[in-house]
Amino acid sequence: MGLLEETARDILSGPDPWPALEEAGLASVGVPEDAGGSGGTLADAAVLLRASGRHGASVPLAETGWLAGRLLAAAGLPVPRGPLTAAAGNGAFEAVRDGDGWVLTGTLRRVPWARSAHRVAVVADGRQVVVADPALATITPGENVAGEPRDEVTFDGVRAERAAPSPVDAAGLRRWGALARAVQLTGAMRGALDLAVRYAGEREQFGRPIGRFQAVQQMLAELAGEAAVADVAVRAAVRAPDDEVAVAAAKANASRAAGRAAAIAHQVHGAIGVTQEHGLRRFTLRLWSWREEYGDETTWADVLGGRPGDPWATLTGR
Amino acid sequence: MANLSELEPGTLPPEAGALRDEVREFLAGASFTPRCDSWLTGADPAFSRALGERGWLGMTLPERYGGHGRSPLERFVVIEELLAAGAPVGAHWIADRQTGPSILANGTEEQKRRFLPAIARGECFFGIGMSEPDSGSDLASVRTRAERADGGWTLRGTKVWTSGAHLAHAILVLARSEPLDAGDRHAGLSQFIVALPDERVAIRPIRGLSGEHHFNEVVFDGTFVPDAMVLGRPGDGWRQVTAELAYERSGPERLLSTFMLIRLLHGRAADTADPAARRTVGRLMARLWALRQASLAVAGALAAGGTPDVPAALVKDLGTRFENEVVDAVREHAGVEPDPGSPDPLARALAQAVVQAPGFTLRGGTNEILRGIVARGLGVR
Ligand SMILES: Cc1cc2nc3c(=O)[nH]c(=O)nc-3n(C[C@H](O)[C@H](O)[C@H](O)COP(=O)(O)OP(=O)(O)OC[C@H]3O[C@@H](n4cnc5c(N)ncnc54)[C@H](O)[C@@H]3O)c2cc1C
Repeated sequence: MGLLEETARDILSGPDPWPALEEAGLASVGVPEDAGGSGGTLADAAVLLRASGRHGASVPLAETGWLAGRLLAAAGLPVPRGPLTAAAGNGAFEAVRDGDGWVLTGTLRRVPWARSAHRVAVVADGRQVVVADPALATITPGENVAGEPRDEVTFDGVRAERAAPSPVDAAGLRRWGALARAVQLTGAMRGALDLAVRYAGEREQFGRPIGRFQAVQQMLAELAGEAAVADVAVRAAVRAPDDEVAVAAAKANASRAAGRAAAIAHQVHGAIGVTQEHGLRRFTLRLWSWREEYGDETTWADVLGGRPGDPWATLTGR
Repeated sequence: MANLSELEPGTLPPEAGALRDEVREFLAGASFTPRCDSWLTGADPAFSRALGERGWLGMTLPERYGGHGRSPLERFVVIEELLAAGAPVGAHWIADRQTGPSILANGTEEQKRRFLPAIARGECFFGIGMSEPDSGSDLASVRTRAERADGGWTLRGTKVWTSGAHLAHAILVLARSEPLDAGDRHAGLSQFIVALPDERVAIRPIRGLSGEHHFNEVVFDGTFVPDAMVLGRPGDGWRQVTAELAYERSGPERLLSTFMLIRLLHGRAADTADPAARRTVGRLMARLWALRQASLAVAGALAAGGTPDVPAALVKDLGTRFENEVVDAVREHAGVEPDPGSPDPLARALAQAVVQAPGFTLRGGTNEILRGIVARGLGVR
């Protein structure tokens, strides 16, 4: 385990990790220092993001650094302090030029962590990033099955605080989000695997730990296989974040694996695992949420299957 | 278990791109009928020799033994191209994949000089003499006996499922050379190189499901093996076969046996603009992309001198199940029956795939055994 991973683990397994993450400068890793971030590579940011999934932490880490931070930095805009979020403005949202600024009108759906975000960065039509304070919008709270905020944000003629041409369009932002969630999924799968292995060693039935039963061993091996393959594939995609094939495949595979991993982890845990007091839900509820966000396995399969040209050339990138 | 998360993605060397293009160019000019599972059921000695001429066999063997001193990752590129194309690579597959490296690791100078250059030329094929009628998953229980004789050993026993023995120039046989020690079943096993033909070795076909001949029964009836043909140290056979199995597991042949079906369905989906078929192709491509990264990562770990037994086992488990998944997924959209004699390549490929599929999760260690290895890695066993 690297130093970064160790620090992340210590913070993320604590009770209120966000302030500690900010204090340690870990909320904006992967965002260049001259833009106001902490520097470091995307792979470093992935280590943190994976750790947040592995330790079941509830933090807007993907939204603050990976999405909003990188988006603003690449657009040449300063990255504000505090938790941030990002969204793509589709048909129901408009940024209209007004003098030397932009006026925002309309609704953004299922914006992660909007209610507690200090600023939201929106990729609007015409490839424009606009930045606004969500406090100036009407927020209708919503959540995913893991209880993470996924809010509706409605602007009614709010002036953007800043704006600049965007480095990515809405599809590009979705790709960034997909890779982030894929990384988080691999962390959560690993978390579920760790718990299931531990439980199989502790829980006794028929006078022995259930992990001694071959049926249980075979399930755990499958879970480990899914977790490990998803993990290495996502790591490979993090090295090629602009490669649509890599991101599509990594997210599709991680989303697919998530369902199987969650099912096995629950089967191994028996009834205790499906209770609110048991820690397994910190992983499985997120697996079921994140596998859908920024495109599930079917969405990304359509992207891959719709590519022209020989599939082998697509797979090998040549 | 800690080692699982440390599986770093494999990185292909910069030369890989040009090498890939060369192989594709060669394949475009070669004449063969692509087939599923071509590494087991597509043998063509002339094709093997042509690969040898291009320097694509024994790639990782040192040049002084006729090899080419290339990296395992370069070999990875070449073999995945051959497999994806469904090229007839079955004749040399075992020699190139595992026997060559095993002789290099354990063999005498004389054995290396005799076999390695021939393997690299595509002129020496090997069979794997491990399984027996009463010894499958429990390989340490093999009963083939090696008895001391003047200047060597005498082998008695029967091997089964010996792929390609009828084409092979030699078989690497695992036999019990000392009486079974109940306290250490892995002790007292040795590996012997049996050159073929030999009048005291009887090779009979065991027909596959559709009557095809790819594996054999091989009976050793007092076969003499000179001391010079013992591989490695007598008694060290278990360690050697275990190491050999590491080459055997998690290569691209554990993912690509049915790749042809994906390619053919992709073509069909484009012709008919069928969105459901395209979605299926995309789903399979995503899985394959991920599995290929895992296979490449294990190859990278092996190349770096690691012993990624557990990751190799889990990649083979997921990979071979994927090979089966492809068959059913493609069947859903194919609109044709599997038909070995059809002029339609998809119907033909389906026929090959359906019949060979049960073997995918058996050969090289069954998936149940592989998951047992993973479970041990997890510490629950
Ligand atoms: C196409 C093909 C090619 C082959 N080529 C070769 C070759 O060239 N050379 C060679 O030596 N061998 C070869 N084999 C043999 C192969 O290695 C064996 O089939 C394999 O090791 C399993 O042995 P078995 O078939 O005797 O099955 P068994 O070991 O009898 O197993 C039967 C079933 O029981 C299960 N089982 C057994 N033990 C356990 C356990 N401890 N826990 C849980 N489940 C268990 C197995 O998983 C399987 O489902 C080939 C096999 C095939 C199918």
